Amino acid sequence: MNNKVIQVEGLTKMFGDFAAVNAITFEVEKGEIFGFLGANGAGKTTAMKMLIGISIPTAGKANVAGFDVFTQAEEIKKNIGYMSQKFALYDDLTVKENIAFFGGIYGLPRKRIKEKSKALIEELGLEKVANKLVAALPLGWKQKLSFSVSIIHDPKIVFLDEPTGGVDPITRRQFWELIYKASHNGTTVFVTTHYMDEAEYCDRVSIMVDGKIEALDTPKKLKEQFNAANMNDVFLKLARG
Amino acid sequence: MSISVSNISKSYKNVTALQDISFEVKKGELFGLIGPDGAGKTTLFRILTTLLFADKGSAIVANYDVVKDYKSIRNSVGYMPGKFSLYQDLTIEENLNFFATIFGTTIEENYDLIKDIYIQIAPFKDRKAGKLSGGMKQKLALCCALIHKPEVLFLDEPTTGVDPVSRKEFWDMLKRLQKKDITILVSTPYMDEAELCDRIALIQDGKILEIDTPESIVKHYPKPIYNVSANNMYQLINSLNAYEFNHSVYPFGEFVHYTDSRTDFNPEDLKAYLKTKKLSNIAIEITKATIEDTFMELAK
Repeated sequence: MNNKVIQVEGLTKMFGDFAAVNAITFEVEKGEIFGFLGANGAGKTTAMKMLIGISIPTAGKANVAGFDVFTQAEEIKKNIGYMSQKFALYDDLTVKENIAFFGGIYGLPRKRIKEKSKALIEELGLEKVANKLVAALPLGWKQKLSFSVSIIHDPKIVFLDEPTGGVDPITRRQFWELIYKASHNGTTVFVTTHYMDEAEYCDRVSIMVDGKIEALDTPKKLKEQFNAANMNDVFLKLARG
Repeated sequence: MSISVSNISKSYKNVTALQDISFEVKKGELFGLIGPDGAGKTTLFRILTTLLFADKGSAIVANYDVVKDYKSIRNSVGYMPGKFSLYQDLTIEENLNFFATIFGTTIEENYDLIKDIYIQIAPFKDRKAGKLSGGMKQKLALCCALIHKPEVLFLDEPTTGVDPVSRKEFWDMLKRLQKKDITILVSTPYMDEAELCDRIALIQDGKILEIDTPESIVKHYPKPIYNVSANNMYQLINSLNAYEFNHSVYPFGEFVHYTDSRTDFNPEDLKAYLKTKKLSNIAIEITKATIEDTFMELAK
């Protein structure tokens, strides 16, 4: 049984002469929390778009959740979850309606949506606001709900694009507890973030600089390797060359 | 005093944005407002820059009253809003010229103030602002906020969404501006940036939790705090949350920060408990509280 849920080899994306992603190679295991870091413009978003099947690579190989990014992009989309900071939920639908909507999009049967909806509302403690518009919820609740909705179809991998910007530190930690739980249940978590302290929560971390992966290891080993006190220092040392 | 805020309150319909806020910022000080989205930081900035009326209380900025002397304040302060607000279809140079002209000055007159920052974007001076990268937009916005040589500079979340390298460069720039006698009030949701300020106010839900120097704030943390680690993070967090003597349990990277409710806490007791939860490689070590720990303790 292959335990690698993401396998990437020499993956490249060219825009004209510019290599936005330049032959990156890495693997991510089942249940792993994988941090994908890099400066603005380093190529993170471009790489992530290829992995979730919405941008066709120029060269290289990539297999995500058992499917090929070149030929099976539609299958990939069904087998992953995706959450971004920018687009998360419909503000003018209620909590329940959002859950039902995304459950429907991912093709869950009605009965399953009902069960999931009940369990999810209970777990997040949203009973009192279940019939309120999402617009009325505090940001932190929205983010937790958004994450739960992104894994409503029990995907093999969930991609989180800068998920926790702006929320208070307590809510941010509750969010990470949800991530640990998903990982514990076997879902692979692929996360980009600008909070370097958050990189320290990941099992392994990769750092992209100018389209290439310049470092990839556990946070502990990266700190040793770069003789740095924390991930912020590792990042500064790498990105400044 | 460069900024003096007394008992400011502000509500929108049924949301209380600011509740009885008071603080002072000394001349030449770099003062940080540290808090998450929705804490009330932007509302406070808008009141202090005369763009919004408070419901209650008063404020003095650069010796002017924010209500009575609003016109004088606008000439004496620079404001960089959180959202990029320059003209996207003007070039770098045109934007800067525009702001200089509005304030009755020229780029040349105050060039020494912006020089360090401007030379970094000068090679692109003919590029439209809408086509700039995030880091470059941020530098241009700072130049435009400085071009009339303000006494007080208001920066609302200047580093949100900016990568660590650009963030560091930005803070280095602020330190240099401070040496030129400009008072700076800056807001940020990044707790690690708090350490770079002379003094900070921790703010949440429209209330100030504490005001002090970053060093004093962490010194006042009320309990010994421990780094706990084990072989399985998820089970460790669950076990600590279920422990009857816990006071706080917060994941902090590869560790969990733990405080105990007992005054005679012995880490060996906790270790024994965690062993019964089938955890291994358990390590418990005393550590120092961070500003984030303090924030969470106060916000609890």
